[in-house]
Amino acid sequence: MHELSITESILEIALRHAAEAEAEKITDIHLVIGKLSSIVDDSVQFYWDIISDGTAAQGAVLHFRRVRIEIVCQACGESYHPEELDLSCPACGSRDVRVVAGEEFRLEAIEVE
Amino acid sequence: MKERIPIVEKILSANDHIAAQNKSALDLAGVLSLNFMASPGAGKTSLIEHTIKKLKDRLKLAVIDGDVATSIDADRAAAAGAQSVQINTGGECHLDAIMLQGALSELHLEDIDLLIVENVGNLICPASFQLGTHKSVLIASVPEGDDKPYKYPGMYRGVEALVINKIDLLPYVEFDMEYFRQGVEILNPGLVTFPLSCRTDEGLDAYLAWVETEMEAHRRVVQ
Repeated sequence: MHELSITESILEIALRHAAEAEAEKITDIHLVIGKLSSIVDDSVQFYWDIISDGTAAQGAVLHFRRVRIEIVCQACGESYHPEELDLSCPACGSRDVRVVAGEEFRLEAIEVE
Repeated sequence: MKERIPIVEKILSANDHIAAQNKSALDLAGVLSLNFMASPGAGKTSLIEHTIKKLKDRLKLAVIDGDVATSIDADRAAAAGAQSVQINTGGECHLDAIMLQGALSELHLEDIDLLIVENVGNLICPASFQLGTHKSVLIASVPEGDDKPYKYPGMYRGVEALVINKIDLLPYVEFDMEYFRQGVEILNPGLVTFPLSCRTDEGLDAYLAWVETEMEAHRRVVQ
């Protein structure tokens, strides 16, 4: 359900940057979303079609780039990409780990005309 | 002609910005704020009532209640003896920093030591929105089942304290405490945890002592 407020934020940021660049139309929006972010692509797309209607971003294509989880073990220095939920270190078993990628949630670029 | 404009802006940066303002306002007034998150029915409001009743002689308390509708929770907090403000989100599944900012303006922050923000009952969405509160507390409860950390990792990863409520029901429901705690440990190692029962008061003292310790630590930082 919170995809609505998130989609509104995406629109606000995109329109602001397009206006600064004096662009007339936004054609593409590039989003970077880490796998630990609980965002449903289809839901964002659904709201996008409704709320972008009548704006300079109407009809813009949303591109989702998913970033895989990357973790660095603070005990042994091992870097790894867990596929399962268990984030503990596969090399030494430590749970003292730091997430270095996978929590991204940002707008990377827009394409305008 | 198409032109690519690099942006690299956090999608929730507007919310994060307001959250920072909320935190500054709270710090300026010396208020410690806790964000209570849980699924519906876990016992957030009951724990808030106990907190108010046990600490109101020593601390000035206020509660901001977020719900989709009604003022039942704010009324319960007021009846227990705290200033209270109700936020009705009108369908939104979480509180955000802007809603909290509006509610803060209805309180006299200078007259408050401890503010508890009761988020909307939901284990997913509230985890994504910073409010500007100092500590996040997750209230789990035994009847929800021992698999919740595995199913809602985002929520369990983002909190500074965990309450396991309704431990008086452990003899009656299937809840493997060891399995539950393992799930928490892989997501949030060393998370401070308080098993307790709001019905029997078992375990409440350890939780209340933690609140008071946090209060003292906060006073030292903001002074």
